[in-house]
Amino acid sequence: MNEFLTALTDHAFLRTALLAGLLASIGCGVIGTYVVVKRIAFLAGGIAHSVLGGMGAALYFGFDPLLGALIAALVSALIIGGVRLAWRAQEDTLVGALWAIGMAVGILFIAKTPGYSTDLMSYLFGNILLVRQRDLWLMAGLDLALVLTVALFYRQFLAVSFDEEFARLRGVPVTFFYLLLLCLVAVTVVLLIQVVGLILVIALLTLPAAVAGHYVHSLGGMMVIATLLGIGFTSGGLALSYGPDLPAGPTIILLAGAVYVISAVLSGLLTRRRAQRLAQRPGPAAVTAGRGTLGPAGPSA
Amino acid sequence: MSPTLIQAPSQAPSPSLSQAGIGTGSQPVIAVENLGFSYGDNPVLVGVDLTIAAGEFLGLVGPNAGGKSTLLKLMLGLLAPQTGRIQVLGMPPRAARRYLGYVPQYPTFPRDFPISVEQVVLMGRLGLGPPLGWYRPADRAAVRTALAEVEALDLAARRIGTLSGGQLQRVLLARALVGEPRILILDEPTANIDQRVEGDIFELLARLNARLTILVVSHDIAFISGFVHRVACLNRTLICHRTDAVDGDLLHRLYHADVRAVAHGH
Repeated sequence: MNEFLTALTDHAFLRTALLAGLLASIGCGVIGTYVVVKRIAFLAGGIAHSVLGGMGAALYFGFDPLLGALIAALVSALIIGGVRLAWRAQEDTLVGALWAIGMAVGILFIAKTPGYSTDLMSYLFGNILLVRQRDLWLMAGLDLALVLTVALFYRQFLAVSFDEEFARLRGVPVTFFYLLLLCLVAVTVVLLIQVVGLILVIALLTLPAAVAGHYVHSLGGMMVIATLLGIGFTSGGLALSYGPDLPAGPTIILLAGAVYVISAVLSGLLTRRRAQRLAQRPGPAAVTAGRGTLGPAGPSA
Repeated sequence: MSPTLIQAPSQAPSPSLSQAGIGTGSQPVIAVENLGFSYGDNPVLVGVDLTIAAGEFLGLVGPNAGGKSTLLKLMLGLLAPQTGRIQVLGMPPRAARRYLGYVPQYPTFPRDFPISVEQVVLMGRLGLGPPLGWYRPADRAAVRTALAEVEALDLAARRIGTLSGGQLQRVLLARALVGEPRILILDEPTANIDQRVEGDIFELLARLNARLTILVVSHDIAFISGFVHRVACLNRTLICHRTDAVDGDLLHRLYHADVRAVAHGH
């Protein structure tokens, strides 16, 4: 760890990497919270993977792959959202198909791009050490757009995440906000691809928010805690990977996964202990639980 | 569901019966004319006529899959009529939505959603203020008033997933009331709670009826007929009756089976 701190003062690329992790964490905390509470991780996975199509096309035609990723992510978010709204019954099949088709398109483009394609691995698994200074500006801009959109339409996003039917009855344009939310997910995916690559994106989009959900019970609180956890995971993963020279992306994900598992077990135990205390103490709370309306060992999140 | 019932609307001259309802003399708040709706090849509603007067407390009963929830969704503008038409407060349903308070049968949200009761009820204020930004102090004040009205003010800080069935229904009722509706529409508000709490909720509705028109769906004709002014019985088509006219013959036609007649204590 000391070695990492010394290296941090010596090498600009490490500082850039650390900053990239920080910027990505804002997206993963704020939008990841919606992904978790609205249970759209599978849709987010579809968006993330079909991004390879856009990156491949950008590489083939000589554009900035990050710009290609952003466009591809937005397009696939709108397609996946449209598919879900139009053919609800076959949502999972169609999202699964788009997921694979996007990747196939990307691989074909990359295969036909002249020159060498070692970049493929860093698209798939990320390489936080290769983040450039100007990428940071793009990431900061995307973060700003995300946070502003969520702040302005916080009520609408909350209503659409919580109860679409009721939101529609209150005059909220549900379809618009649903598609906008998927577009925000797309932007977040692009942020995170820099750090962990498109295959591992889904873990950073869900795990920090899920851990936060074990302990806080408000959407805003989840966003803050998930962002802090994201910063912890990316910085910690980067530091852990530096000494033994491991790839940073997978190290970050394994750290996040380990914390999630420990947290899930811990919060399960806490919930059970709380329920046992309630059951032993005669009182109104115990009566409620006894009627079976309050599951004592119910969902902890 | 026999075919003869589908051709039965002529037996139900609802306009004359609706005039026998309470609160006549004013313009109808909900007018349904010759309404038809089917899901695919399966007709759910056929030739439904229904007029609800201002101030009325109407019970809508009928067997499962008799079209009750579909009729509500049409009134709320969540579905569009395939034949006939619906007017709510003289407007198409979609335009009248902000004057409607709706309490769903099943909560359509996950119980473990990280949200407090206050935040849930605040959603009923959507569409009343400016579209951007957070809720205003006036919205929070309205939430406290609505929660107090349903006797659930002490639940404001609780997480929605920790409520009992009866508490949840009160909170959902507060969410419907906080938008200052003129008509309250409830779909089986007491389906998942016990009888004692059911009585409390209906007494609450009876109090609210002093200022609101109320339409409540139930499968339990015996229970609601003690509270409502008029019962509309729906099984694809509609047969309207005042509560005191509900007898074995009607129940037989409605459910197409022998149903024990219900005595009314009023």
